[in-house]
Amino acid sequence: MTDPWIVFDVTLAVGLLAVAWLSLASRDAFRMIVLFMMFGLLASLGWVRLNAPDVALAEAAVGAGITGALLLRTLSALRHEPKEPSTALPTAFIAGVLSLMITTALVVAFILAPDLATGYDRDVGARMDQSGVTNPVTAVLLNFRSYDTLLEIVVLAAALTIVLMLGSKPIALRPLGPLFVPFAKVIVPVSIIIAGYLLWLGASRPGGAFQAAAVLGAGGIVLILGRHYDPQERHGGMIRLICAIGLGGFVLAAIGAQILTGDMLRYPQGQEKIWIIIIEATLTVSVAATLAALFVGATRREGRP
Amino acid sequence: MSWAELLGVGLMGLGAVFFVAGTVGILRFPDVFSRLHAVTKADNLGLGLVAAGTGIMTADGFVAAKLALVWLLIAVSGAIGGHLIARHALRDKT
Amino acid sequence: MIVLPFIATLLLLTALVGLIRILRGPTTADRMLAAQLIGTSGVAILLVMGVASGNRALFDVALVFAILAAIALTTFLATARLERQS
Repeated sequence: MTDPWIVFDVTLAVGLLAVAWLSLASRDAFRMIVLFMMFGLLASLGWVRLNAPDVALAEAAVGAGITGALLLRTLSALRHEPKEPSTALPTAFIAGVLSLMITTALVVAFILAPDLATGYDRDVGARMDQSGVTNPVTAVLLNFRSYDTLLEIVVLAAALTIVLMLGSKPIALRPLGPLFVPFAKVIVPVSIIIAGYLLWLGASRPGGAFQAAAVLGAGGIVLILGRHYDPQERHGGMIRLICAIGLGGFVLAAIGAQILTGDMLRYPQGQEKIWIIIIEATLTVSVAATLAALFVGATRREGRP
Repeated sequence: MSWAELLGVGLMGLGAVFFVAGTVGILRFPDVFSRLHAVTKADNLGLGLVAAGTGIMTADGFVAAKLALVWLLIAVSGAIGGHLIARHALRDKT
Repeated sequence: MIVLPFIATLLLLTALVGLIRILRGPTTADRMLAAQLIGTSGVAILLVMGVASGNRALFDVALVFAILAAIALTTFLATARLERQS
């Protein structure tokens, strides 16, 4: 008997393609962003169907949630600028050629790929007891291949640095009215609890620092949007410090591990778990602050770089 | 199939009917305020029924608490969101 | 449970049909409403999939969906443009 989920999967696949196309073909920026967020939602369902709840969590939190919020914020800043005449054709042509090249490369890679039905499952499974955690995804991200995660933090820190250097327009927020207060009173504490829960889950089941950070950062964005917290100029140093602490702490951990074990990011035997927990907790707070700071941006003032 | 499973699936199916009704409402109702009406009903009741069915079928206290939190979040954002979207729409008109 | 995939498919279809309201608008508020309904449908689909697969992690994904739906709604409302869109 065929799997009854096949109907669902086919519908989802067709829906994904349709939403991707509709989003790209939108002329209206707001509509495009909403459709992009819907694409993230459907993609997340797709990852669940592919039995990858870790990726589904990341896609829902970062892909649909945070990216959508950042795009909406960008739109609110763009709104005040005069419309530029469309110079779409050369850009569209270059984008088309590049997309075609990437698609070709992916197809070639797919055809040439050896039949790796087992993937890295066996290697990871064999070494799980050395990792200090029981969730294989966390073991890979924060132990076996933790330099990948380190580089991701570098990318995020670089993005924030560029945003701060370029400066951005202050967010033009609309007042949300008195009823928003009870809403924030529910959402913000719950987001903190969920972030802590995801971080705690990461050791044994799908969850982890990035997902937790996205939820925590989103809670921070609610505080800012509701004007419960108004980012002040004088808080800048503190916020930058929190943003930097994730990368700094990770680099310090790498150096420390190098000194203790003679190998970069190989944690001392038997203490893997405590290292991973400290790194993950630091990353969560720092990445959350970075995401919220990316959302707020920096207002360029006279006499300040 | 046990009675609990039957009840659970029944509740989920009923919840899905509310989602269908909500979607029909959002497509067919003439203006934004009546559409608002359709969505908030589907949101709260539909998800409430699906969550109840899920709770019965998993029969686990921790999962039930999590489901209650999911429903609470959606209900709160549905209620406040409905109010704020209505405000937004009213301002748009003037 | 043989019925569950069909309930999930039905929910997915309503979500996809709801996209028409995002496409048509006409106002920003209409698009927000449709997005809210589709987000809730996504949560419902995750719950159904969670029961069908027995994978408890899906309820955590549903929790993240729910909190982000609330936050997306806030961002919509706080940043969306004032003028009526056609």
